[in-house]
Amino acid sequence: MTGFGSILFVFVLATFIGLGVIRRVSRLLYTPLMSLTNAISAIAVVGSIVVTGADHPLAIRILGAVALFASMTNIVSGFMITDRMLKMFKKQ
Amino acid sequence: MMRIIGELAAILATALFIFALYWMNDPKTARRGVFAGVTGMTVAVLATWIQPEILHHGWIVGAIVLGFAVGIPLSRVPLTAVPQRTALSHAFGGLAAGLVGTAEYFLWLGEAGGGEGAAHLTPFRMSALVVEVILGYLTFTGSLMAAGKLQEVKWIPQRPVTYPGQNLVNMGVLALAVGIGVALVLHPDAAWGGKAFIAIGALALAFGVLLIIPIGGADMPTVISILNAYAGLAAVAMGFVLNSKLLVTAGALDGSSGLILSIIMCRAMNRSFTNVLFGAFGKAQPALAAGEQKAWKQETVEGAAQLLEQARTVVIIPGYGMAVAQAQHKVRELYDALTKRGVTVKFAIHPVAGRMPGHMNVLLAEANIPYSALVEMDEINPEMPQTDVALVLGANDVVNPAARYAKSTPIYGMPIIDADKAKTVLAVKRSKNPGFAGIDNELYVLDNTWMLFGDAKAVLGDLVKQFAGGGMH
Repeated sequence: MTGFGSILFVFVLATFIGLGVIRRVSRLLYTPLMSLTNAISAIAVVGSIVVTGADHPLAIRILGAVALFASMTNIVSGFMITDRMLKMFKKQ
Repeated sequence: MMRIIGELAAILATALFIFALYWMNDPKTARRGVFAGVTGMTVAVLATWIQPEILHHGWIVGAIVLGFAVGIPLSRVPLTAVPQRTALSHAFGGLAAGLVGTAEYFLWLGEAGGGEGAAHLTPFRMSALVVEVILGYLTFTGSLMAAGKLQEVKWIPQRPVTYPGQNLVNMGVLALAVGIGVALVLHPDAAWGGKAFIAIGALALAFGVLLIIPIGGADMPTVISILNAYAGLAAVAMGFVLNSKLLVTAGALDGSSGLILSIIMCRAMNRSFTNVLFGAFGKAQPALAAGEQKAWKQETVEGAAQLLEQARTVVIIPGYGMAVAQAQHKVRELYDALTKRGVTVKFAIHPVAGRMPGHMNVLLAEANIPYSALVEMDEINPEMPQTDVALVLGANDVVNPAARYAKSTPIYGMPIIDADKAKTVLAVKRSKNPGFAGIDNELYVLDNTWMLFGDAKAVLGDLVKQFAGGGMH
């Protein structure tokens, strides 16, 4: 299984990048940071699209569609509320 | 060809996500981060959608439309409800991970009919699946409970629910889920596999509820941060299952953000990280034995206005009470009235003030308070002895001097804002009851403390009227 090692490798590197970048985030912005990272991790939507859209049995696609709905809600509300909050900081 | 587009899109989206977080290091560039995030997301979604195996477009469109229908109203909640919305979004994230994991397992198990066979269920992938559903479902119910508590839903108890042997029960449920998971990793395509998998999911759902019922409001900033980390890790596990580097990266970014915020919140409450991870937090502690009860001194609005006007420096210490009363706009009016009179006004922000990380900053920014006036605890404390008036606004435990020495209290060792060191303390408090931690706050009975009882918004409104009336010269 070749993917096994390389994907763990990606995980470790991404965590280091994450820790490095997040540590520099302004303390003022912790609330919008949380909604932004939440929207970003809703990238799980790509997994849901595959489960929902491929030619799978009906029950599987229903699970996928619910997951897709949940992820999409996070994407939409996460990015929108982040922007709404950041607008308040920017106009000063 | 489509595959190559998919791969390139994933790399582009990853880069954009990292930039999005990078731009959050300054409020001036932060909005660019949202733009980068949206672009990355759009690219990733479209690149997945155009792949040849996607056939049922109607389903996808339907789910996306519903996502917009629910997501748009959720993004327009009042800013005081942001903690609930955040908890709810962690719940959705956990649910998505749990459901996709469940779907993938049954697909591969072939039980759902016409499956692709169990050859996909390598030990690595099966382990990732187990982690994905455990983290996903426990985040789902745990975050729903947290959101319910924050929203003060009637049938969810606000006060911590504790019982003897609670940690044992919690750990038992989790251990059982993990145990079944290990058995599944060893025999992924066993005849009992489907039932075992459902059992893991059910145990994780129960564990999420059990984990959150002993939590009280003041612990919410920590709990929300931890659930954030769990939601991110669930997405990472999904990435392992689907062998998607994009998912792993995005989940790791979310997870490390949750981890860092959890550590900051833990430090600000003087709790060890392991203590929090094992769910031993928020335990009801016996209240500090009431010693000699000193009486507080109540101040009139007129007197308070006079004190504030005569001050050279005022430090306002906001807490959850300000959020509950939606008093941030009145705070702004007071800020204006005082600065117009030449008083220097600063805000002292405790890391765990409110119900989530950064809660106070967002509320004050909404009220147009310049963020240069928002000062972190460590920077304001050396200035407190020179401060003429400390105005405590619905904050309680974060200014309780008992944290410095009272070992029997749950707040012992927690760093506090040194409100008591100011020359005069004015404390606005909703009721005469003790704060969340159930301990008396001796700040309120100090010789230099004056109390203003009432809803923060109403009290501030009256104060502002005093200044507007011009009768104060």
